[in-house]
Amino acid sequence: MSALKIERGASSHSAYDLRDYHAAGEERHTLAVIVDNEAGVLARVIGLFSGRGYNIDSLTVAEVDHTGHTSRITLVTRGTPAVIEQIKAQLSRIIPVHEVHDLTVEGASVERELGLFKVAGTGEKRVEALRISDIFRANVVDSTLESFVFEITGTPEKLDAFAELMRPLGLAEVARTGVAALSRGR
Amino acid sequence: MSRSMTGARMVVEALRDQGVDTVFGYPGGAVLPIYDEIFQQNDIKHILVRHEQGAVHMAEGYARSTGKPGVVLVTSGPGATNAVTGLTDALMDSIPLVVLTGQVPTFMIGTDGFQEADTVGITRPCTKHNWLVNDTDSLAETLHRAFHVATSGRPGPVLIDIPKDVQFATGTYVGPKQIAPPRYQPPRKGDTAAITRLVELMETAERPVFYTGGGVINSGPAASQLLTELVDATGFPVTSTLMGLGAYPASGKNWLGMLGMHGLYEANMAMHGCDLMINLGARFDDRITGRVADFSPGSVKAHVDIDPSSINKVIRVDVPIVGDVGHVLEDLLKIWKARGRKTSPALQQWWAQIEQWRARNCLAYKRSDKLIKPQHALERLEALTAGRDRYITTEVGQHQMWAAQFLHFEGPNRWMTSGGLGTMGYGLPASIGVQVAHPEALVINVAGDASWLMNMQEMGTAVQFRAPVKQFILNNERLGMVRQWQQLLHGERYSQSWSESLPDFVKLAEAFGCKGRQVHEPGDLDDAIREMIDSDCPFILDVLVEKHENCFPMIPSGKPHNEMLLGDEIAADDIGTAIKSDGAVLV
Repeated sequence: MSALKIERGASSHSAYDLRDYHAAGEERHTLAVIVDNEAGVLARVIGLFSGRGYNIDSLTVAEVDHTGHTSRITLVTRGTPAVIEQIKAQLSRIIPVHEVHDLTVEGASVERELGLFKVAGTGEKRVEALRISDIFRANVVDSTLESFVFEITGTPEKLDAFAELMRPLGLAEVARTGVAALSRGR
Repeated sequence: MSRSMTGARMVVEALRDQGVDTVFGYPGGAVLPIYDEIFQQNDIKHILVRHEQGAVHMAEGYARSTGKPGVVLVTSGPGATNAVTGLTDALMDSIPLVVLTGQVPTFMIGTDGFQEADTVGITRPCTKHNWLVNDTDSLAETLHRAFHVATSGRPGPVLIDIPKDVQFATGTYVGPKQIAPPRYQPPRKGDTAAITRLVELMETAERPVFYTGGGVINSGPAASQLLTELVDATGFPVTSTLMGLGAYPASGKNWLGMLGMHGLYEANMAMHGCDLMINLGARFDDRITGRVADFSPGSVKAHVDIDPSSINKVIRVDVPIVGDVGHVLEDLLKIWKARGRKTSPALQQWWAQIEQWRARNCLAYKRSDKLIKPQHALERLEALTAGRDRYITTEVGQHQMWAAQFLHFEGPNRWMTSGGLGTMGYGLPASIGVQVAHPEALVINVAGDASWLMNMQEMGTAVQFRAPVKQFILNNERLGMVRQWQQLLHGERYSQSWSESLPDFVKLAEAFGCKGRQVHEPGDLDDAIREMIDSDCPFILDVLVEKHENCFPMIPSGKPHNEMLLGDEIAADDIGTAIKSDGAVLV
C-alpha cells in the first residue's frame, strides 16, 4: 500500500476542476470570450473548435469596446466536464484572447437571443399567428397581406417554443442571432 | 529613437535589435526588397537552403541547440506552403521560431495573384500566432512582438506575412524597448502552496519517480542543473521522454533511461508501479502513456507545466502546478531543503525493485559477426564519441528510437529529434542548423535511408556553407518502423515498405562535393566511424545493417506499460501474433 494519502480530485490548490474524468454526461456551457478586435481572431476561435473536435451550438461576436479595441464572443458549447475544461484552457492559450468566462459556473447569468420569423398565410392561420405573437410579446417588423415578420427576443428556449407554434401556421423562414449573455449583478 | 526607413530595412533592423545572427532562407519575388537589404549588410548571416522545409528544420536545430529563436525568411505562395511541415513540427515540439514570409502586395491580396497563398490562413493552426502586416508603420512593433510571443511561456513558431508593398513603403521604425509592454505575459512562478503540497508528498513517497520532458530543456540550462541537484539530493529515480533527454545526465546514478513506447523496461515498470509521479515539463503524450485507462494506476500524480491546457488534457492529475519548470524546481528544492530534506526509508526497497527490472537487460539483442546490427552500430558510435561535446540529430523511425536507447546524453541542448510530429526528413537540415550555430562542434545526424532521402537536397547547403555535418545512415533498405508494424500487426504483408533504387550514397556524397563511405563488415565499422568523425567536410557514412531487425522493447498500441514486448521473448515464428487486432487500429 502506498504511504501517500490524497483523495482523488481533492487537491485544494487546484486551479482546475477535478471532477471525474470519465463523467458520461455532456453539459451545456455558455462562455464569454473577450478578444482583441483584430483580423482573423474569429477564425482562430472557430479553427480551435473544428481542429480539436469540439461542438459549437451557438456563437455571436461584435466589438464591445471601440477604444480598447476588444470584441466579445459569446459561445455556447457542449461536452463532458473534462472537455469543457480543455476548451477553456485552449481558448485562453490563443494570443489575442484576454479573458475566458464560463458563465454557466460563474454564478447567475442572463441569456438572450433575437430571432426573426417569417410566417406566411391568410385567413384564420394568419389571425392565430398574430394572436400567439402577442402572447410572446413579439413585434411585427414587416407585414404584407399574406405574411408577417415577427421579431422576438428571449432565451433560446423561448425562441424554440415560438418557432414550434408557428410551424403549422406557415413558418417560412427563420433568422436567429445566437445567444448573447452577461453575468447577473455587479 | 524612432527612425524613418523602408519596411524591408526595418526587417533587418529588427532582427539585428533582437540579437539575431543567422537567418535560414530562400529568396523569391515577394521578398526581394528584404533580400536586397540582406545583401547590403554584414551583421546577419544568411544560409541559403535548397528547399523551404529545410530552412525551417535548420532553424529548429539552431534553436534547440542554442536556446535562441530560429529565424526563417521565405517567399510567398510555395515558399510559405513548403514551410508548413516545419512550422507544425516546431509547434508540436515547442520550438521558438520566427518565420518571415513575403506576400503579394496588399492591393493584390485576394485576386489569386502569382504566388499568392492565404499564408496566415494556412498557417493559423500550425503556429503559436501569426500576423499579416498591412502597413509599414506597424511592421517594427509586430516583429518585436513576434519574438516575444515565440520565446515566452510555452515556446513555439510564429509567422509574419509581409506584403511586398509594405516592404517598399517607408515608415517609422521603433526599437524593442520603445513598444508598449506586451499583454501576453504567461506566469513563470508556480503556486507556492501547490509546490509545498508536492514536497509533502515527496517526503512520504515510497515509490516516487521523476518523469521529465522537453519543458526542462526549454526552460534553459539552469533548469537541467536544478533537476540534477534535486534528483541527486532526493535519491529518486528519474526517467525522461524522447524530448527531454540530456536534462539529467545519462551517467547519473538515478537515471532509468527513456520511457514510453520504445522506452526501457525499468523506466516503464517504474512509471507503472510508482506511488508518486512527478511530471516536470512533459505532456502525457500517447507514446508515453500507452492505454490511458491503465496508466500508472496506483500513483498520485503531480504535473508541472507552463501551459495550463496540458494539465488534465490526457491524464487527470492530483497536484497541478502551472509555471516554468526552472522556477518551480528552484522553489521545490528550497522548500524541500527548508523542511529538512526528508525522504522515506522505503526508497531502498524501491531501488531494489528497480534493479531487478534493470537486470532484465531489456536492450539485449542478438549479436552478429557477419552483419552490422543497428544497435551495435550505435553502441560503437557512442563509444567512439564518448567524452566529446557532441550534438546528435535524427530522422524518424527505428534508427531514432535506437539512438535514443543507445546514445547517452550528458547535458541539455545536445539532442535534436522530431518528437511530436515525427517528421521524416528532419535530421539532415536540423544537423546543418546545429552546425551553423556551433561551427567547431561534432554534429552527427543518425538517419535511416528512407528518411534521409526526404530532404537530401540540403547536402548542397552543408557543402556550400562548409558545415561538416556527419550523416550516419543506418541503411536497411526498408522503411524499418513501417516494416516492423506490418510484421507485428498486418500479417507480414510488407506493403510499400522497402526502398528500391536507393542511390549509391558514396557517389551521392561525391556528387555533392563531399566525402562518403560505405561499410558492411562489422570489423570495418570502427574505422569507418573514425573516418567520419575526423572528416573536416560533410560526410555520409552508409552503414549497411541487418534488414529485418525490430526495435524493442515495445509497448504495443493500446497496451499498458507493464505489457511490454521484449525482444528476446518473442520467437521469430509467432511475432505476427504478438499484438492483438484491437491494438492495430491505434497508431
